[in-house]
Parts: sequence; structure tokens; C-alpha cells
Amino acid sequence: MHNSSRRGFMGKAFGAVAGVGAVGSLVAMKKTWDPLPSVKAAGFTTLDMSIYPEGKLITEKWRGKPIFILRKTKEMIDSQTESQATRDIVVAGIHYMIAIGLCTHLGCIPAYIPAEKEFHCACHGGQFDWSGQVTKTPPPRGLDIPPFKIEGNKMILGEVGPEFQAMKDSGVTL
Amino acid sequence: MAHFTKATSVKDWLNQRLAVEKIEKVMASEYWIPKNINFLWAMGMILAITFALLLVSGIFLLMYYNPDVNLAFDSVNYTIMREVDFGWLWRHVHGVAASVVFLVIYIHMFTGIYYGSYKKGREMIWLSGMLLFVTFSAEAFSGYMLPWGQMSYWAGMVITNIFSLGGLHMDGLVEWIRGDYVPAQAFLTRFFMLHVFLLPLAIMGLIGLHFAALRIPHVNNQDGEEIDFDAEAKKYLDGDKAGSKVMRFANDFMSKDMMVVGIYLIFFFYLVFYNYGFAMDPVNFDPANGLKTPTHIYPEWYFLWSYEILRPFSINIGLMAFGFAQVIFMLLPWLDRSPNAVPASRRGKFKIWFWLLLVDMIVLTAMGKLPPQGIFSTIGLVAALGFIALWIALPFITMNEKKV
Repeated sequence: MHNSSRRGFMGKAFGAVAGVGAVGSLVAMKKTWDPLPSVKAAGFTTLDMSIYPEGKLITEKWRGKPIFILRKTKEMIDSQTESQATRDIVVAGIHYMIAIGLCTHLGCIPAYIPAEKEFHCACHGGQFDWSGQVTKTPPPRGLDIPPFKIEGNKMILGEVGPEFQAMKDSGVTL
Repeated sequence: MAHFTKATSVKDWLNQRLAVEKIEKVMASEYWIPKNINFLWAMGMILAITFALLLVSGIFLLMYYNPDVNLAFDSVNYTIMREVDFGWLWRHVHGVAASVVFLVIYIHMFTGIYYGSYKKGREMIWLSGMLLFVTFSAEAFSGYMLPWGQMSYWAGMVITNIFSLGGLHMDGLVEWIRGDYVPAQAFLTRFFMLHVFLLPLAIMGLIGLHFAALRIPHVNNQDGEEIDFDAEAKKYLDGDKAGSKVMRFANDFMSKDMMVVGIYLIFFFYLVFYNYGFAMDPVNFDPANGLKTPTHIYPEWYFLWSYEILRPFSINIGLMAFGFAQVIFMLLPWLDRSPNAVPASRRGKFKIWFWLLLVDMIVLTAMGKLPPQGIFSTIGLVAALGFIALWIALPFITMNEKKV
């Protein structure tokens, strides 16, 4: 009895030491898999917004992801529905559609079909209109808008400006 | 201390130290296999041999492969394929085996389902087998990343995105798995580690468990007959070999097994030498490009059925259906409520269920390969709903099955 209670204590003592060690190693393992500081530091891209031609989709790169930039034509701006207009981004008086070019379903790049002014995703058949709103499932929502900050006619992707914050707060993008 | 005597032979020396004779009996000559089996019982050995082929070819590929996003593509497509003598052989053996192993796994699985080899004490065989299926799937996926072509990149993108779990928006988890915002260097190196070390280790452990799980309930037979293995073994050892229902694992059963393996290997190396193209997607011969999705992407054929269950639905429902498809096979021994562990041909409605499931999965596989448009979308949706309906119906159709 005396012995077994001593063994019981030793077992519990070992359990405590092992438990602390296990938690510690799990933290280390989790942190080891986090994106590296160099990866995070490279997560900002500055764009000169004055160079984009009207009505033509241009793809830029930010954090390895394609960024769709479409300077809207006059017909587009005039015909915008209320919900399409909520996604409108205005830099120095010019209207743009700006979005991360990855389908919100599972991340393929939808192709822009200029004739139909629509995006079609080849992977699982999702579709978006020219403003980035979803028109055919499976994507659960419109194309995501990257965090942006407007400075004059420049745009910094990766920083959160008041215009982006407003879109996020109103639920236009995630 | 144990008592050792001067050895009379090398065998005796080993016997005293490692009990090799005892091991040989337990593992081979007195491991009893029913006589009443057919060639489908050789699939386990075929899988073991194919795994060995993957291991050996993988070891040679590993000597030249370079897990760096700038070098990986060329290390496979230039160094291994053009510079290394017989490099093409290792790559084609590895690629063909990775594809064929799933064909044999599916045959092995459906054999088990048909003959009821997951019940009456054989549940652990089924469970460990399904765990092997899951680890083989992870192994196949991680290996698919390594050539760092377009299909590698975009499969990596799509599959890791599944972990955001749709409406839960767990993007942080996805970035953690990738170690980056998109699949990049950290992603490639960690999947390389998983592919060449951690997953093979897990597979080898699970193979051990799978074999061990077979030990006590023994191998099933063609008629689901309950055999008294001790009595039959005694009969065999007493000299009535013809009257006994069992035979030795080695060399008796193995000789038949290896005959099937021989035929399989001729087919396998025919594919390796003359028809390896099916295992080498042409799209993956373009280097990875994060700014361009291939016009039509699809997984390898062995994942198509579960992919097609994901595809026709909106994301949250699709993910739930996909999750259902991943785990439901594990539960088979408990969803089948019938006490009969006999071939499906003698089980009435279960027989229909078995063939419907098989056909449904073939339809899902075919639709998964086709673009998600028009009539194919509809057939895919029906087949996906059919898959779920079949599994939900299983407990009800087996509950009232008559005892045979």
C-alpha cells in the first residue's frame, strides 16, 4: 500500500512533466508551420491606378494571388444596380472593379469572357458578373476584395484604408 | 538468466536467441488460410508488392528530386527524365504504381464488401483498411504536389482551400497549412516531408495493424463459412491434408498468391513500358503558375467519385456531402445491421445495394472527369444524391434481412 501510493505519486509527477512538455512542443510545432516573417513582410503591393485602360481586365499579383482590376466603362457605371455599386471602388474620380481573382468556392481563377462581361470558373462551374458578384453557384459569395488603402492615385494592397473598412463593415466583402 | 547451450548449427544458434522456428510457424507454416477462396484473395499481396515498388522507385527518385519551387519542376522533368540513366523507369514505375494501387485498393474494398468480410470480429480489419485508404490518399495527394506543375499547384490550392470549411471562413487555418498565402516554398517543402517520411511511416505502421487485425478472426472465405481453425489445423497436421478446410500460408497459399501476383506484374510492367501516359497528366508538364488556372482541372481518377460529390452543391452542402463520403465507409460494419456474413449474392436486397453502390461510384467517377455543364451536371447531382441515399438506406434494408 505504502509502495503503490508512492508509485501513484511518481506516475502523477511524470504525467505533469510530460503534459507540460507535450503542450510546449505542440505550441512550437504549431508556430513552426506559421507563415514566415519574410512571407508576411512581402505581403504589400503598391499600384499606380492611372495606367489601366477602360473596359479591359488586367491581372496584378499580390501575396501570390491574382488581383483583377477592371476600369469600368461609362455604360457599366451608368447601368450599375444598387448591389453592384456597393462593390465600386473610386480612385481619383475613376471607377474600378478590384477583386482577388480566385473563385470563392475553392480558389481557381475564373476566366473573364469579354463578350459576356462575365467571369466563368472552369473548376466547378461558378460564375460572376463584371462587378464581381456571384451569378451561379457553387461559390458562396462574390469575389473577395483585397484590403486596400487609397493614397492619391495610388493604391496599397495589404493595408486597410477607410474605404475598405467600410466595405468590410457593411458585409460587401470578408 | 536464460539458459544457452553450445549451438549445433547456425539455425540452432539463431533459434536460441531469436526463436526463428517459432516465428516461422506463427507467421507462415502454421498461419492457416481457408482453402475455399478465389483470386480476389490475392489483392492484399498485390497491394503489398505494389507498395514495395513505390518504396523502391521512390528511394531512387529521392536521390535527384529537389524540393525547391524554382528547381523542383526541372529536377523531375529534366534531371530525372533526361539525365539520370533509367530515371524514366523509376518515375514511370512510381507514377503507374500510384495510380494502379488505387484500382487494386478499390477491388480489395469491394471484395470485402461483397463477401461481408467486415463483420463478426473482422471490424478491425475493415477499420485499419479504411485508415490505410485515407493515408494512401494523403500520400497520393502530397506526392502529386512534388513535380510542381500546373496541376500540382492548382490541386494544392483547391484541396487546401477545403480546410477553410466553407461558411466557417477558416482562412487562417488554410494559411497555416500552406505556410503562405498561396502554395509556395513552405508548402512544397512540408508536403515533401509528409510524402517521403511521415506518411510512409504511418502507412507501414497501419499495414502492421491491418495484418495483426487479420490474425485472430482469420481470413474470410468464399461462402462466409465459420471455420473452426484450431480443429481444421489439427486435422491438417495429423495428416488429413485433403480433408482439412485450411492450408498453410506458406508455401501452400503463397504459391497461389504469387501466381496471381505474377500475372499482375506482367500487366503492371506492360503499363510502365508502353502505356504510362494515363498516370502522367499533360497539364502537369507546364510549370506551376499562380496567375493562370488550367482551363479544366480535375483530380486523378481515383478521387473523382468524391470530387463529384462535392461539386454539384453549394459550398457548405457540398463540403458536408464530401465529409459524409469520406467517413461513411468507415461505419460500414455498424450500418450493416444483418447478422449474415455471407456473399452478397445470398443476401437479397443487399445484393442490389452492393451493385447499385458500385455502379453509382463508377457514374460519379465518369461525371467527375467531365466539365460541370448541362446534362453532366444533372447526372452528377443525381449520382451524388444516390450515393447518400444508398448509405442512409443501408441500415433499413439490412435490418430485416433473413438469417441464412
